[in-house]
Amino acid sequence: MRFLYIILALSFAAPVYAVEPAEILDDPALETRARQLSKELRCLVCRNESIDDSSASLAKDLRLLVRERLVAGDSDDETMAYIVDRYGEFVLLRPAMNAGNLALWLSGPILLIIGGATAFVFMRRKPSVAFAHGGLSNEEAERLKQLTEGK
Amino acid sequence: MIAELGHFAVIIAFVLAIGQSTVPLIGAQKGWIDWMRLGTPAAIAQLLALVVAFAALTYSFVISDFSVRVVAANSNSLKPMLYKVAGVWGNHEGSMLLWVLILALFGAMVAAFGGNLPPGLKARALAVQGMIGAAFLAFILWTSNPFWRLFPAPPDGNDLNPLLQDPGLAFHPPFLYLGYVGLSMSYSFAIAALIEGRVDAAWARWVRPWTLLAWINLTLGIALGSWWAYYELGWGGWWFWDPVENASFMPWLISAALLHSAIVVEKRNTLKSWTILLSIFAFSLSLIGTFIVRSGVITSVHAFASDPTRGVFILGMLVVAIGGGLALYAWRAPKMRAEGVFAPVSREGGLILNNLLLTVACAVVFLGTLAPLFREMIDGSKISVGAPFFDLSFTPFMILLAIALPFGAVMPWKRGHLGKAWRKIMIAAAIAFLVGALLWGLAEDRSPFAPIGIALAAWVVFGALADLAERSKLGRASIGETIRRLINLPRADWGKSIAHMGFGFTIFGISAVSAWETEDIRLAKVGDVIEVGGYEITFDGVRGVPGPNYNADIGRFTAMKNGKLEALLFPEKRFYQVQQMPTTEAGIHSGLTRDLYVVLGDPADGGKQWAVRSYVKPWANWIWLGALVMALGGLVSLTDRRYRVGAVAKAQKRAPATPSAAATPAE
Repeated sequence: MRFLYIILALSFAAPVYAVEPAEILDDPALETRARQLSKELRCLVCRNESIDDSSASLAKDLRLLVRERLVAGDSDDETMAYIVDRYGEFVLLRPAMNAGNLALWLSGPILLIIGGATAFVFMRRKPSVAFAHGGLSNEEAERLKQLTEGK
Repeated sequence: MIAELGHFAVIIAFVLAIGQSTVPLIGAQKGWIDWMRLGTPAAIAQLLALVVAFAALTYSFVISDFSVRVVAANSNSLKPMLYKVAGVWGNHEGSMLLWVLILALFGAMVAAFGGNLPPGLKARALAVQGMIGAAFLAFILWTSNPFWRLFPAPPDGNDLNPLLQDPGLAFHPPFLYLGYVGLSMSYSFAIAALIEGRVDAAWARWVRPWTLLAWINLTLGIALGSWWAYYELGWGGWWFWDPVENASFMPWLISAALLHSAIVVEKRNTLKSWTILLSIFAFSLSLIGTFIVRSGVITSVHAFASDPTRGVFILGMLVVAIGGGLALYAWRAPKMRAEGVFAPVSREGGLILNNLLLTVACAVVFLGTLAPLFREMIDGSKISVGAPFFDLSFTPFMILLAIALPFGAVMPWKRGHLGKAWRKIMIAAAIAFLVGALLWGLAEDRSPFAPIGIALAAWVVFGALADLAERSKLGRASIGETIRRLINLPRADWGKSIAHMGFGFTIFGISAVSAWETEDIRLAKVGDVIEVGGYEITFDGVRGVPGPNYNADIGRFTAMKNGKLEALLFPEKRFYQVQQMPTTEAGIHSGLTRDLYVVLGDPADGGKQWAVRSYVKPWANWIWLGALVMALGGLVSLTDRRYRVGAVAKAQKRAPATPSAAATPAE
């Protein structure tokens, strides 16, 4: 259903120019940092696009703002904090690790532990009665044989 | 007239689906064989009716019948024929019709080729398939009818969104739907088995090919979509962790888990209730994907298909299909006893680890996709979950999967030994280590990303090769013996090795392009030379060219490497008049080792300068090549002798004197 996505992505963002030549900072180190930060920030009027990918004018404003802060000497964290202060948590594509998002961040590891423990218990269970030899029961083996031989 | 014929055919299909969902089910419960048998003609007739309906809609698009509302809204008389046809499913209503057509196709395939299924199972599976069909046909008839007329008919149509006027539209949705909808088959079999209360090796043997078929198509569909976005959206991104992408990726992850766990049911008669649960989940996620895409719940800023009635309708289907399926599961599954016993270190153990990692990874994608919705419901706060989150929280599971895969693949059933498995694949580990160390040593930036990713890819690929070498006694027997053994390996084993190698290729492509891509953004004058990634790309100029339903500015770039001509690139900027919309067509020169990718931006200085983005993307095509190889592995596995039960039976009927026509492969 990518084609729906493409429509959606572009219904706000006219194609397709994201970072424009004029925006680029002269200092390559600062520019690299700006690009990294841009990938973490959401274009607020787009659908799940970072400001680095988006060509919406609001994304451009944010890109310029990021560069402005970096040129002014802010650290990466200070720049992000500055933008979150103004635009809210919604602007972060990577949700902050705070109480509200803890469940989201920990879900993967916790599910892995629970699932792993369950699987381990399942694998260590005692053999059930007649199947210590494993494989199919006689009845099933017979059925399978009929099938494969095309009864 | 033709549109009314199509409309009528949809109504007939709906009535047939209702019959198919009730009569065989009652027959199976009562043991009435005549009633059970009715499922077969009903499924085939339903397919025929929907073929007629689909043909009618296609005809309306082809002749540009703008009195049909969907055609007027999505087509135009100037549009090239390819997109008139593909445009049939480039809109909500038409794509739903394609969806039910494929659903009916799967039902009819079971009806036609399932002659060796036990009548009860076949009747029940077809009945469940009929229920799904009836629900979707009702959805079409009451909320999304593609055959509504428009009066008065407009003189010309609104045209298709220009971004969709691409060959990608012709192939991507059909494959994706074959995958999504194909999973309905394993769902139907799972529900039928729950009603019957019987899951055994034979059941798994029937379900696995359907899952495999769905998974192959889903793999191709997702890969095509990713590739399409890569060249169409104009910055060479190939995966965005967008909700709509995730909606197709989640069923893929679960069906990948399902086709592995079905092996355990088939060979070892255990993990039965888990496999049933995965079958229910796989199709449920397909339905949830449909809901996400078409209800507008998550894509709230957009208006493509966010009609509330449709959302509520699909939500109702979700509740019945998922809730009903899970309730039935809770009631009947405890009766299924796991029988085959095995040690944690064994093929079964490896497959369980595979299932664990794939399902947890899928759960992470699911929670990440829906987290903004949950948070808003819980405390009203708005959060975003985008690519940086998924990269960080999803990737570790794939790394663990890649580390474990070669071990699991060489493990014997029941009880294995890590040391013995290690000796079989030590050579792969050595190659992976050398590759990683070499890359790390050569890299200028000492970034560990590419060396680790590519070492992992080498481990998976050479692990699969080492498995083949081991099984063919390479180096321990004569060459002739090795070749004989390779030829005699079951197709399923070939499929396994090929698909695993494909997974390795994809890891390789992702690691390489993520780490080594180079980019240049600038304003360029004619004659400027752009140096990027070891190439010199000269800007030769731009000229205006009219297209069939657009005007284009086509740029010309010459790419040289070490003074040798490598490629001519022609990026375009198009403007579609009817929709008043510009698009970009990147100029791409594809190769196995790298893509050159140039995008023409806006002119500046009154056309003296143009914004130009140039990229060199090393090994990018291996991402999709890997997916293609994975699908090929699935296809090879699908042709395994044990799935061609019907074919074998027919061959034997014809030639009873040669029972070993499809010779049993040596184990």
